[in-house]
Amino acid sequence: MRREPPQRLADYGPLFFPAGMLTVFFVVPFATMIAVSFFQREQGGFYTAAFVFDNYARFLSLFFGKVLGFSLFLAVAVAVACVVIGIPFTYLLSRSPRKIQIVWLVALLSILSLSEVMIGFAWSTLFSRTAGITNLFVWLGLMVQPQALTPSFGAVMTAMTYQAFPYTVLVLYPALVRLDPTLTEAARTLGASPVKAFFTVVVPALRNTILATLIMVFIFALGSYLLPQLLGRPQHWTLSVLITDQAIYQSNMPFAAAMAVFLVLVSLALVGLALYAGQQRQAK
Amino acid sequence: MSGLNLSHVTKQFGNFTAVNDVSLSVPDGTFVCLLGPSGCGKTTLMRMIAGLDLPTGGSIELGGADITTVPTHRRELGMVFQSLALFPHLTVGENIAYSLRIRGTPKDAQKKRVDELLAMIHLPGFADRSVAKLSGGQRQRVAIARALAISPKLFLLDEPLSALDAKLREAMQVELRQLQQRLGITTIVVTHDQREAMTMADTVVVMNGGEIRQAAAPVDIYRRPADSFVADFIGQTNLLPVEADSAGRASVLGEVVEGIALPAGTAKGLLSVRPEDVQLTAPGHGAIAGTVTFIRDLGGAIETFMEAGGAQVIAVSAPRNRPDVSVGQSVGIRLDPATSVVLAR
Ligand SMILES: Nc1ncnc2c1ncn2[C@@H]1O[C@H](COP(=O)(O)OP(=O)(O)OP(=O)(O)O)[C@@H](O)[C@H]1O
Ligand SMILES: [Mg+2]
Repeated sequence: MRREPPQRLADYGPLFFPAGMLTVFFVVPFATMIAVSFFQREQGGFYTAAFVFDNYARFLSLFFGKVLGFSLFLAVAVAVACVVIGIPFTYLLSRSPRKIQIVWLVALLSILSLSEVMIGFAWSTLFSRTAGITNLFVWLGLMVQPQALTPSFGAVMTAMTYQAFPYTVLVLYPALVRLDPTLTEAARTLGASPVKAFFTVVVPALRNTILATLIMVFIFALGSYLLPQLLGRPQHWTLSVLITDQAIYQSNMPFAAAMAVFLVLVSLALVGLALYAGQQRQAK
Repeated sequence: MSGLNLSHVTKQFGNFTAVNDVSLSVPDGTFVCLLGPSGCGKTTLMRMIAGLDLPTGGSIELGGADITTVPTHRRELGMVFQSLALFPHLTVGENIAYSLRIRGTPKDAQKKRVDELLAMIHLPGFADRSVAKLSGGQRQRVAIARALAISPKLFLLDEPLSALDAKLREAMQVELRQLQQRLGITTIVVTHDQREAMTMADTVVVMNGGEIRQAAAPVDIYRRPADSFVADFIGQTNLLPVEADSAGRASVLGEVVEGIALPAGTAKGLLSVRPEDVQLTAPGHGAIAGTVTFIRDLGGAIETFMEAGGAQVIAVSAPRNRPDVSVGQSVGIRLDPATSVVLAR
């Protein structure tokens, strides 16, 4: 097949549709948000068009700094937890019989059909004192008394990891299936135990996929605003919770927009940094 | 007893027997080729020797110790896979040093050994190259060097040369054989290319249907095949029915051939005659009567196809002994009793 650069406007035709979708559903809302973030808030009303930095200035406080820091920390923690559990899980899954693989993949896909609200309430029930898993532990003799496990940081982490896990597996699965199984066998003949072979061959050979998965889960977790409220204490609330609060309950759109813009910029910067670091190591 | 010893090794997948009761003794320093048609269990046998699959029966001994259930990583062996399985995230040098790194060898000793091995495989200065940027033959050599880094007790190669083009393959066969002789390492190569087996091996092991049909030196395999499968699989051969006549003399295609004897107590057999041992003469005088059906001139050799008593007989002759025959001509066929082998039918 001969390939040449597009000559006439019509040659760009196939690009119009995706470009249009991208404009309508991403560029326009995001541009609106940036614009709103500079608007002036009307006390008791909505907002008026203006160009002020008040919203950003308000944001630069220790309180919001802490919330931002916690949000990023939580997202990183969830991403790491997902990948750390996801890689061995998906590796074993990709090496198991076809039937077992299908059952697991269908189960994981069905988690995706659950809304964040359902996941949140399910876990809050599971972690409750009256109906939660601690009752099971008591029955097994592992604990003396049933206990509430929520609200807590652990509960937030667990639910968010649970929610992001199917995505993690779905991204890792194709890469692990495609990974030549003789690579680990070769490592074993060269003197590596199966565990050592896993860490010296499988993990490094998948470095780019792992990095991509980390970034994906990180961004996914950054947007979570229901689970921290349902399962966490106020100090576990993320920036997304505050943005929702400002936008919906306080009707302070400009401030919510400013926080959202800031969050996007910070996460873009972090993703860029991760990609850059990945490339540096590759070049080495 | 030293060397590698397989006794009654069997591997079943469900109720399918991939390797059936294989016993084989490989003395130290021997070069063995496992040869056989596709699906005959060569790879399965090799994987059991490497410990990547566990036998369902029998035992494997190496250097006097029973290693049947010893995990692969404690067997101290080197293996080259058909796909080579070079680690894509490591450089040439890091690939070769992998087994040393796993064993905690000091960095400078690793480097020294890598340089040594790179010199051995004629790729000096390649340590920092990425494996993705090597040619097929170079990748092959790197895989060999990687497997030899710890000076293993046993060197296993599963169809190591099948991905190379014919010319490079021949060169690598010679190189591999020379390397093995220099290092004196016990080596087992799986192949389904009989030329390759004949070029390299001290012992050729012919397998079929999960069983060993014959294990012997290449010349013996060719000259004294144990059964009709081996005779037919190795090189070209004429397998002709031989029967004892009323006087007990062996008759082939209706003519008594002097100097051939059927084993005592048998009346029927198969005579394996290599095409180069078939001579064409004038019809009559006790020669088998045949008709030329086809002549193929391959340049280096001339093949004459004949029909005799319902069987096909092929004769091969060198160009300077070109038989003076043409298609449709009646000829006499003489078989050399000294080089013919009677096999069970
Ligand atoms: N894991 C397995 N499960 C079931 N059957 C298997 C398995 N591995 C191999 N077999 C079967 O065992 C037989 C021998 O396979 P093997 O790979 O040893 O053949 P081979 O001699 O190496 O053939 P080739 O020259 O094609 O590589 C084949 O019929 C194959 O289908
Ligand atoms: Mg094979």
